[in-house]
Amino acid sequence: MSARLGAGGVPERKVPPTSVRGAAMRGVVARPGREAVEAKGWLRAHKWLLLRRASQLGILALFLVGPWLGWWIVKGNLSSSLTLGVLPLTDPFLVVQQLAAGHWPYREALLGAGIVLAFYLLFGGRLFCSWVCPVNLVTDAAAWLRRRLGLKGGKVPSGSTRYWLLGFVLVIAAATGSLAWEWVNPVSMFHRGLIFGFGLAWGIVGGIFFYDLLIAPRGWCGHLCPQGAFYALLGRAAVVKVSAAKRSACNDCMDCFAVCPEPQVIRPALKGVGQDHPLILDADCTTCGRCVDVCGKDVFRITTRFNRSES
Amino acid sequence: MRGGASPAPADRGDARRAGLAMLMNDKVQSTGRVEPVAPASRRRFLKDAAGVAGGAGLLALGAGMYAKQASALPATAIRPPGALPEDAFLAACVRCGLCVRDCPYKTLKLAEFGDGVATGTPYFEARDIPCEMCEDIPCVVACPTGALDRALVDITKAKMGLAVLIDQENCLNFLGLRCDVCYRVCPVIDQAITLERMHNPRSDRHAMLLPTVHSEHCTGCGKCEKACVLPGEAAIKVLPIKLAQGSKAEHYLRGWEEKEAAGKSLIGDQVELPVRGLEGKAYGDTRVEPGQGPVQAPAQVPDYVPAKPAGGGLDSGWKP
Repeated sequence: MSARLGAGGVPERKVPPTSVRGAAMRGVVARPGREAVEAKGWLRAHKWLLLRRASQLGILALFLVGPWLGWWIVKGNLSSSLTLGVLPLTDPFLVVQQLAAGHWPYREALLGAGIVLAFYLLFGGRLFCSWVCPVNLVTDAAAWLRRRLGLKGGKVPSGSTRYWLLGFVLVIAAATGSLAWEWVNPVSMFHRGLIFGFGLAWGIVGGIFFYDLLIAPRGWCGHLCPQGAFYALLGRAAVVKVSAAKRSACNDCMDCFAVCPEPQVIRPALKGVGQDHPLILDADCTTCGRCVDVCGKDVFRITTRFNRSES
Repeated sequence: MRGGASPAPADRGDARRAGLAMLMNDKVQSTGRVEPVAPASRRRFLKDAAGVAGGAGLLALGAGMYAKQASALPATAIRPPGALPEDAFLAACVRCGLCVRDCPYKTLKLAEFGDGVATGTPYFEARDIPCEMCEDIPCVVACPTGALDRALVDITKAKMGLAVLIDQENCLNFLGLRCDVCYRVCPVIDQAITLERMHNPRSDRHAMLLPTVHSEHCTGCGKCEKACVLPGEAAIKVLPIKLAQGSKAEHYLRGWEEKEAAGKSLIGDQVELPVRGLEGKAYGDTRVEPGQGPVQAPAQVPDYVPAKPAGGGLDSGWKP
């Protein structure tokens, strides 16, 4: 049996990383990063977080200055937009749903989806999740509050649920001949709501916040969201990766596990479980850089997938 | 049986025997809690996968059913010009709002969750802000997906809906007045809406000029509905064509159309037979003039007397 598993190539993935994951989820560390602040200063201990918030809010602001101030830099929303009247950008997740539903879109949408697709294929699919998606603000807030309130445990669906859901989203699109998921997709709904008006969509966004806070830690982004699953698939061969380059300096403080939205991706790189290089190659990693921030020993850094060096 | 199954992991050399033992394990052992042996972990994997897939499937099914149930468009929600038929539209529209942004009159809006229209799709309500029928149709040009069809280049060919004079009891023209507002504001005046002159049977000496919509020319812009002077709901409304029109009775030939197309009647001239007593009249004129025809005596109707119960009782008049 073990021989067969070995031939499968990934025996290490059969080992459920429950210990580290459980530790992080049980909220062992209520205020991760304290050591890093002492060692590096507050600003450096929040560098990537601040950059990321600037990116998220900046992109949102680009969409909002049009309707609010009449400066039409970007029209539309994350589903499809037109920048400065020339650059079309379309969410490839929507184009894939369209194709499943049986509609072949115009050239602009295909071109726009191609540009977005190329960007995420090259730089990392889940960069969308951590640097662009507005729902990240909601779920990060829930995770922060969960740590602060010391809420422990919860019932988390399997991390693979999102991939199944992604498959079913496409099946349902084909079966109904419509973009059925877009009726309820909290990701596009939240962004559209901020720009065009919410209606009752606040309910769905609030639902995700309380689901993450009270029921499932990192439940939405880390386990359910089919859009995140789609972008994770895009980023499998992407270039920008986090590396635990100075893993020899690790003092097992667990801060990185506590802040990481996908803590299962850290162990293979940091502890060398099933791999010898220190790169986090798991497509679920959102490259948010929070582990870089909170590590007082500067173990992590953001680099390319070609840089396997340790220092 | 458990004792027989436990040596299986140790027996790794013989793949066939291990496989057999695994099979037996699958049948006999209820859980793999003795040792994390491969069969048990595979079973657990399958069980987990089934649970996860089931949960995800239920979630997607819920979304699909909600989408299906909510895909009926309310009658007052009108899609932008050039919109594909509703089914195809829901497959094509990515809900980006670029049509809304390029609408110069703020006619279009994106449906919000709970509006009754598919979340995030564009629509307008004519009584609120109607379509001004821009000649360059910017909303269609803006659409990146083809949910609004660029084959529409002449806005007068648009079919957003169809105006229907739905309330003949409150329409002022039907009351004999000369309101005419819906007719006057129609961008395709005298084609999409005409005033048809009718005798006013109430006064018996006036005319009624009835606003009449012609589906061939009506674009469904809704300016008539917006302009209707009635205080609340309009007497003329733009409805989805599916609601406003019946299907054409294809199996009936319209004699007058066939006659016009052929240049002559298809069944030839009808035979005219003389009708006794009507010899001096034009064929088909059967009107009876006073004094002619059979004279009817006024009907003799006896006064109504309620029926009496027959016999019996104190007032029956019976005497011994």
